[in-house]
Amino acid sequence: MSDSYDTPVSIGMKRIGELLIQDKRLDGRGLLDYREIKTETGIVGKANGSALVSLGKTKVMVGIKVETGTPFPDSPEEGVLTVNAELVPLASPSFETGPPGEKAIELARVVDRGIRESKSIDTKKLCIVPGKKVFIVFVDIYVLDHDGNLFDASALASMLALSTAKIREFETKDDAVVYKENLVSLPLQNHVIEVTMAKIGDKLVVDPSLEEESAVDAQITIAVDDNNMICATQKSQTGVFTTTDILQAVKIAQAKATELREKFLGGTHE
Amino acid sequence: MSLLVERRTLVLPGDALAEGDFNPGENTYKEGGKVYASLIGLANVSGKNVYVVALKGFYMPLVGDLVIGNVVDLRLNGWVVDINAPYTATLSTSEAFDRSFNSRRDEMSSYLDVGDLVMAKVVAFDRTRDPQLTIKEGGLGKVQRGRIVRVTSTKIPRVIGRKGSMINLLTKETNTRITVGQNGVILVSGEKPETENLAVKALQMIDEEAHTPGLTDRISELLKEGSEPKLESNKE
Amino acid sequence: MNRNLNQTKNEKLISEDGKRADGRGPNDLRPVKIEIGTLEKADGSAYIEWGKNKILAAVYGPREVHPRHLALPDRTLFRCRYHMAPFSTSERKNPAPSRREIELSKVIRDSIEPVIFTELFPRTGIDVFIEVLESDGGTRCAGITVASLALADAGIPMKDLVAACAAGKIDDQVVLDLSDIEDQKGQADLPVAISPRTERISLLQMDGLMSYEEYEKALNLAVEGCKRLHAMQQEALKKKFAVDEEEAKGETEDEVSSE
Repeated sequence: MSDSYDTPVSIGMKRIGELLIQDKRLDGRGLLDYREIKTETGIVGKANGSALVSLGKTKVMVGIKVETGTPFPDSPEEGVLTVNAELVPLASPSFETGPPGEKAIELARVVDRGIRESKSIDTKKLCIVPGKKVFIVFVDIYVLDHDGNLFDASALASMLALSTAKIREFETKDDAVVYKENLVSLPLQNHVIEVTMAKIGDKLVVDPSLEEESAVDAQITIAVDDNNMICATQKSQTGVFTTTDILQAVKIAQAKATELREKFLGGTHE
Repeated sequence: MSLLVERRTLVLPGDALAEGDFNPGENTYKEGGKVYASLIGLANVSGKNVYVVALKGFYMPLVGDLVIGNVVDLRLNGWVVDINAPYTATLSTSEAFDRSFNSRRDEMSSYLDVGDLVMAKVVAFDRTRDPQLTIKEGGLGKVQRGRIVRVTSTKIPRVIGRKGSMINLLTKETNTRITVGQNGVILVSGEKPETENLAVKALQMIDEEAHTPGLTDRISELLKEGSEPKLESNKE
Repeated sequence: MNRNLNQTKNEKLISEDGKRADGRGPNDLRPVKIEIGTLEKADGSAYIEWGKNKILAAVYGPREVHPRHLALPDRTLFRCRYHMAPFSTSERKNPAPSRREIELSKVIRDSIEPVIFTELFPRTGIDVFIEVLESDGGTRCAGITVASLALADAGIPMKDLVAACAAGKIDDQVVLDLSDIEDQKGQADLPVAISPRTERISLLQMDGLMSYEEYEKALNLAVEGCKRLHAMQQEALKKKFAVDEEEAKGETEDEVSSE
């Protein structure tokens, strides 16, 4: 189920279950409440964009680097988005050094899916020379402290970093890039919020903490865009959901995404 | 309280077998008042016990089983034996020698070495430790000669047959000694290699065609043909 | 997955009268063929052809875990490897496990583990290997479906089989079982796996853009597709393990059930 260090202690799991029957959680939150969220952007000067999100005690930092490169052959006039995640060992006793394992890869791909399927970045505006040169947007997720729900923290930090990222304004002259002095934002046309819910017993709870994650049967992450459309879903962990659970989760995700969007991405809308 | 399938029907994992006051027997589980199959096999009932006789399975050791295994390692206090089970078994020196044994690796390997076949009995096995073997009883110990046939352990009852009918047929017609290990390993030893080969062929046929119609007849035919000088025997 | 809008925007994936590129209707599955026990050495195996997909699954175990320190004290270590052969795709695929394969291995494992009685075999491991020999969209669903059969063939005790199927959206219409081209050019893809006895969902992913209503329709359609796959799984297993009633009667009278 989870890493060896996160082996659930059965007393804790029992407590979580007992509280849930009364619609209560360990930290006193309501079933649909997020932990306290704090955000900071523009921290890393050397990156084009950066954001640090604290979700309860979970801390995730995302850095954006924009570089030039060749486009993919099947999309010669579009820039490239690439998302990577690292669960650095200092973030948790259960993270080890080495290349990204399945957990890090899943995290990166789920965040990527949200950004990509919502077409948050207008990649057509990142083309420099069609077929030859485009901008590559590197979204690097760096988990600094793991206290549960890395998906939502990473997705929010990524979106914040992208929406505050700056690149030098450019124009193409004879197949070469000419950079101007002024800084402009990345061409964003949408925003995505990811909402993770856990099923414990027969209750759905939003934003599971690490302790709750150890008692979880199954977990679902749903990505919602500015138009309330669902653009990605990922069920994780080894439990199961009913169809009703899923549809209920979608409705919750849409509602919570609207809340988070207003709170944290409202100021960055075009 | 009702049986939901007929006795001896083929069932699959998840198939509902019985409802009500029944006990979940071998290869079944109970959930929400119903007993379900957890393996592919034939459903049956004995009193209140609903169970499934597995058609496809692997060998799980039971205390008292006769097994034939091969030695894969030597440790300080015994041999590690592969008995074709999810767990490797241990044959400790105290279960091999009568006198108190001063374990020196040379002495151990001169008796049983890596690669040797051994006939043993399971004396202990539970969730917390690997199966323990003994060779102290008569007839047990290192296998000196013969041929090994591996069959799916669920086919062992078919190899033995109704009241031993199949195995008696085989030993009589091929004039060989056949020792059936519960772990799906069978030892065939005969006077001549041809007779051993015939027995091996018959056993392989049972493994491949158990539960199909007319098997006993085809085995009889195979054994008859085998005792005549023929190059090939046709299989269905 | 590249939702490519540059190519042939005019080319419709589903026509006015509901016919898709390969002639199917919106709720039609591609043809499926199943074989059980294809491999000699594996403890259990199965093969599936689903449309142009060709996928082989093999199971080893329960067996000793290597390296030993990975073994769990109270249950079996269940591992899944989803891998695509280099020649399985239009462009040769590098044989090294890609990030996609690593993610799919994880979600496939998460979709099957719920039905396995893992606590029956502590300190052992069960390995499932899924090899995609030819891929044409929906390989994870086909992989789960065939892996479940291989596990049954291996005699691994399970609560249920697991069946998987995807639904999606093409040309603003919700359809069942996307082929590769429909996935590439379509608007959404939603793969689902269920434990058919309880209809509980053990795999759910989605990418694309859907409204709540479309999502609901696609989810229900995918679940229905899973049930159809389940019927095919049962048929294939029953055919493979078809038993002669007379022979069976003779044996089971001999058996003593140990409870």
